[in-house]
Amino acid sequence: MSAAADAQHLRIESVVKRYGQTLAVDRVSLTIARNEIFALLGPSGCGKSTLMRMIAGMEVPSAGRIVLDGEDLATVPAHQRPTNMMFQSYALFPHMTVQDNVGFGLRQLRPRMDGDTIRKRVDEMLELVQLGHLARRKPHELSGGQQQRVALARSLARHPKVLLLDEPLSALDKKIRSRTQLELVNLIRRADVTCIMVTHDQEEAMTMADRIGLMSPGGTLQQVGEPHEVYEHPNSRYAAEFVGETNLFEGRIEGDHLRCAGLPEPLALPGGPLPADGSLAWLSLRPERVLLMHEPPVGHDDESAAGEIADVAYLGDRSIVHVAVRGAARTVRASVPRDGSRGPLLRGTPVWLTWRAADGVVLTR
Amino acid sequence: MSGPSERQRWWVGALPWAWVLAFFVLPFALILGVSVSTPELAVPPYAMPAGGIDPASFARLGGELKTLGDEGADHQYLSAWIAALALAAFTTVVCLLVGYPFAYHIARSQPGTRETLLMLVMLPFWTAFLLRVFAWQGLLDSSEVGVINQFLLGLGLIAQPLPLLYNTGAVALGMVYSYLPFMVLPLYAHLVKLDGRLLEAARDLGATPWRAFVQVTLPLSARGIVAGSMLVFIPAVGEFVIPDLLGGGNVSTIGRRIWEDFGPNQDWPMAAAVAVVMLAVLIVPIVVLNRSGGGNRV
Repeated sequence: MSAAADAQHLRIESVVKRYGQTLAVDRVSLTIARNEIFALLGPSGCGKSTLMRMIAGMEVPSAGRIVLDGEDLATVPAHQRPTNMMFQSYALFPHMTVQDNVGFGLRQLRPRMDGDTIRKRVDEMLELVQLGHLARRKPHELSGGQQQRVALARSLARHPKVLLLDEPLSALDKKIRSRTQLELVNLIRRADVTCIMVTHDQEEAMTMADRIGLMSPGGTLQQVGEPHEVYEHPNSRYAAEFVGETNLFEGRIEGDHLRCAGLPEPLALPGGPLPADGSLAWLSLRPERVLLMHEPPVGHDDESAAGEIADVAYLGDRSIVHVAVRGAARTVRASVPRDGSRGPLLRGTPVWLTWRAADGVVLTR
Repeated sequence: MSGPSERQRWWVGALPWAWVLAFFVLPFALILGVSVSTPELAVPPYAMPAGGIDPASFARLGGELKTLGDEGADHQYLSAWIAALALAAFTTVVCLLVGYPFAYHIARSQPGTRETLLMLVMLPFWTAFLLRVFAWQGLLDSSEVGVINQFLLGLGLIAQPLPLLYNTGAVALGMVYSYLPFMVLPLYAHLVKLDGRLLEAARDLGATPWRAFVQVTLPLSARGIVAGSMLVFIPAVGEFVIPDLLGGGNVSTIGRRIWEDFGPNQDWPMAAAVAVVMLAVLIVPIVVLNRSGGGNRV
């Protein structure tokens, strides 16, 4: 397979899904490369699951095409697609043992696969997820994490071209989840498969995926990019606020500054092309880019604002300090690392915030 | 507020036992006693023999078994048994074949529609059972006045009225009609619990709709099939009204035998003995079916 074909492994072309009057997925176009791990990220009801179900063949697009390795999947029914899904609550067959669950897909193959080959493949899969010793158990006898691995083994057993993960870790405890994220990525990499996952958890998407496709309510694809791109260069207020936390300042462009209602001084904007004078724009500034000081800043050209502490959220490794900036309607959040403050973080304490203009991102929508 | 006291709990637990004692154990002990007594021309028409028990009725039933091969021997109870079991088995199988798609469709429809359909399944219960069987008599009547015959004659499809009533077919139809809800309801109760995602997973893993049904839906509704089959088969074996009203004198089942012995024949010990044997025989399928259903925990 050529490199060009690999880059065009799965193409989603202007796919639309309508339920009556409601638009679930609105003209989504996306190209996914071979062996990429791609996360569809968004809040519930943004159409990400619907999009995934259309790839699996469980829903039919109202318009648009889904093309896998050059083949339009429109006419391929779900049970013949080279895609397999790991369901949100795993959907393991409760009446079958672990090995029968994993072998289920292989037993459906026509022409039939012989029993020995099936057993060998099932053993391989259980080896991969390190559950060989539980092969004869029923799903209800396993822990959540074990069930998840059985589900993964089952969905990989047929060697699908595309592995679909529907909220793969949402059924697990928070503590197991972070460990499982990297484990899962390792397993997928070894399985030599293209993976599309659906999640509402931005941390999960950023930890696991090579690229993220951020979807918004209404079923539109807002931004596609690597995790750091989406985080550092959000293309909209929606992206800036959904992926991570941010401070948003609304105002109008004035040269290379943004004049905000309520702030005495216009805010300096980062370099690069800026919208025309007088147009509405937003400045996004991540809390960790804002430095909190207990004395007025002197002798440098960073942006600064004076205010007093309104609230403190202590998170252990850091604190999110909400600062009521003089004249501003909303508080500005600053992330203060543990031991990163020279003074008390108490409500009412007068503080100064500074940041570099280059750390802001200008948004026009 | 505190929970129920030890004493209150004892009362709640005792209630079902008291019920079983009053309405099953005591009557059954009575029947058991009658079955080993001697028929008498008296009121009541039986008497306990002086020497203890009289096993004559059981001996007669056993005798029918012993002479199984003999052409000339009397097998009226045995043949009634076989007729009853065959009829019950037939009713169960047909109810299952008709009821399964019924229940499946109800379980898979929208919640609103579902309630309406369930209502329709239960609607016949609003009319007395006996009246419904009489209605079938009117429908199936073998003369020109029978509703179906009238209809077919009117259409010119037949020249002579069809002999629809008082035969095995009429009894089978009446049985399936009457027992269908008892199959549909437990099947529905199990099918509605079936997680649709399991079927999606089966399809996703390459199963055709039919194979997904056989490998996932069917085994996961096994308990419903067992429950429905028991609810149909067991009362169907002893059914008396339908064979009597729709079969005329032509369909002799064990239920009719018991009725005849208690009634016109005035042989209570014999009737009681048949009832006792019937219970003993029915315990077997109940245990077997319970066992087979027990393996499928969901």
